[in-house]
Amino acid sequence: MRNATRGLAYEEALLFEQSQPGRRGVDLPALDVPEVDAAALLGQAFREEPAELPELSEVDVIRHFTRLSTWNAAVDLGLYPLGSCTMKYNPKINERLARLPGFALAHPHSPAAQVQGLLQLIYELEASLAAISGLDRVSLQPAAGAQGELAGIMMIRAYHESRGEPRHKVMIPDSAHGTNPASAALNGYDVVSVPSGSDGLLHPEAVEAAMNGDVAALMITNPNTLGLFETHIGRVCEIVHAGGGLVYGDGANLNALLGHSRPGDMGIDVMHFNLHKTFSTPHGGGGPGAGPVGVKEILAPFLPVPLVARDADGQYHWDEERPQTIGRLHGNHGNVGMLVRAYAYIRSLGPEGLRRCTEMAVLNANYLLSRLRGAFHVPFEGSVMHECVLSDRLLAETGVTTLDVAKRLIDHGYHPPTIYFPLVVAGALMIEPTESESRESLDRFADTLLDIVRETHEDPQAVMAAPQRTRLSRLDETRAARRPVLRWQPDPKE
Amino acid sequence: MGDYEIPEELRYSREDEWTKSEDGRVTIGVTDYAQQQLGDVVFVELPEVGRSLEKGEPFGVIESVKTVADLYAPLSGEVLEINEALVEAPESVNDDCYGEGWMVVISIADPADQSELLDRAGYLQHIKDRADQDQ
Repeated sequence: MRNATRGLAYEEALLFEQSQPGRRGVDLPALDVPEVDAAALLGQAFREEPAELPELSEVDVIRHFTRLSTWNAAVDLGLYPLGSCTMKYNPKINERLARLPGFALAHPHSPAAQVQGLLQLIYELEASLAAISGLDRVSLQPAAGAQGELAGIMMIRAYHESRGEPRHKVMIPDSAHGTNPASAALNGYDVVSVPSGSDGLLHPEAVEAAMNGDVAALMITNPNTLGLFETHIGRVCEIVHAGGGLVYGDGANLNALLGHSRPGDMGIDVMHFNLHKTFSTPHGGGGPGAGPVGVKEILAPFLPVPLVARDADGQYHWDEERPQTIGRLHGNHGNVGMLVRAYAYIRSLGPEGLRRCTEMAVLNANYLLSRLRGAFHVPFEGSVMHECVLSDRLLAETGVTTLDVAKRLIDHGYHPPTIYFPLVVAGALMIEPTESESRESLDRFADTLLDIVRETHEDPQAVMAAPQRTRLSRLDETRAARRPVLRWQPDPKE
Repeated sequence: MGDYEIPEELRYSREDEWTKSEDGRVTIGVTDYAQQQLGDVVFVELPEVGRSLEKGEPFGVIESVKTVADLYAPLSGEVLEINEALVEAPESVNDDCYGEGWMVVISIADPADQSELLDRAGYLQHIKDRADQDQ
């Protein structure tokens, strides 16, 4: 059975273009209280010109957004093999529990006594994440992985400063995520790139050569972005610690470790968790992010506030009295709805279920790799963890590139994998199937990729012209990046 | 290995920058190999005039539809001029990397640094070695 077939797609104009003067979604009843003079009340703040908002009926708006939603790719529609993003299925029980009124309707400023259940959940989620990662304390405040990472490096900086020993450099392997150097740079650190070996791994000798008394930290992702377990991690952490530095663990690939190994045991001092990757909360537009940050005891004084504490009599309260804290990262207590979903996921699977998730994620990635090896170049041999990296090298003579293969996958109803990342592999395709996929689903995807490779040799032009079955054919991404049109304007000439 | 235009009269860094030296002023850009590897360039971030560059340190950023890469200073020196036109027309890096696509002009601190740069043959060999290493 094919994964995608013909279908009717709707065109849809912008709301501004559909606007009709005077059209409304609701009719308000006549005013039954005395009218006031808004201009007099508001003074200078009174707006003379009405805002140019689109005027539409309710059904116009509902159809608009429903039509736009049919243009979406989503993990509820099919395999979404975006490497390094862990696009796993989001179980519906998470949604059900997040909608319980005690969670969904809690106000951020409610007195602690009125939200004991929610505080207990936060307290227990912290304990769960600490147990899973082998760290001592966890702040659930950061609103996304990148903010968790920023917080982690801020704590590292605060730690060194508290010892009267500010340092200026952060070491980052060349296979790292782009957020790593960004977090270091935002904290005023210079980035030292550490080359990985020809086997794709970080070697102790390379770390030793770059380590000195001015290095505040090493930032490392394990497994790394090539999907390879950093087997020298223990020795690498020892070298950094011996030089007075700390080790930051990027938690993006935690899905490969659950219940099998713990970053804290490897020697990592601080890491972030992407709840939307590892713990099945919605990604991107599906919901706000959540990027808790966990630390070893030595960094606990610097954690963002507030944390949740439990009294001797079993009552929970906000703990803000932490003089060395790096401060607040969020107006309230983090994106709490996401915390409820992650908690639901962890509790519904339990330790054994989480361990099985990782096993299935690793098995699925290796199964795909074994089916695709030969058709695609595999830059680093050996078995992988939860994702695999291929390249377009074997297609070079046809003129077809990784980008073309990715576009052709869209014609078959698949969201493309991550492409041209990690940067250390030219023409990389980075595939992460996750544990959500069955053998049949993986086989359909592998068959599709093998068909595309066959087509690449028989009819390369067809692949280079993809996508053909989408509502719009290939977009001019270069022009979009060079000359972006970021918002609608009444008159583009203005 | 693809076909790259590598002019005889320029000198090259191992990080794929070209340099052209005239009376102590050195013009710097990225090579044809680099622009082909990057693909369509969409953004170039350059240092401020007057900043001093340290050989081997990043001094700017080049972004294409595929990737983002640091620009590494092939020589130490002070920035005299930057190519402001690249802000509006980053495509010059693809269209004319040795001409309109130049990036900065620096005054070099130590002319002896230049002896470590590669000539055409040396740079082509470097490209080939790197490709072999990836095999």
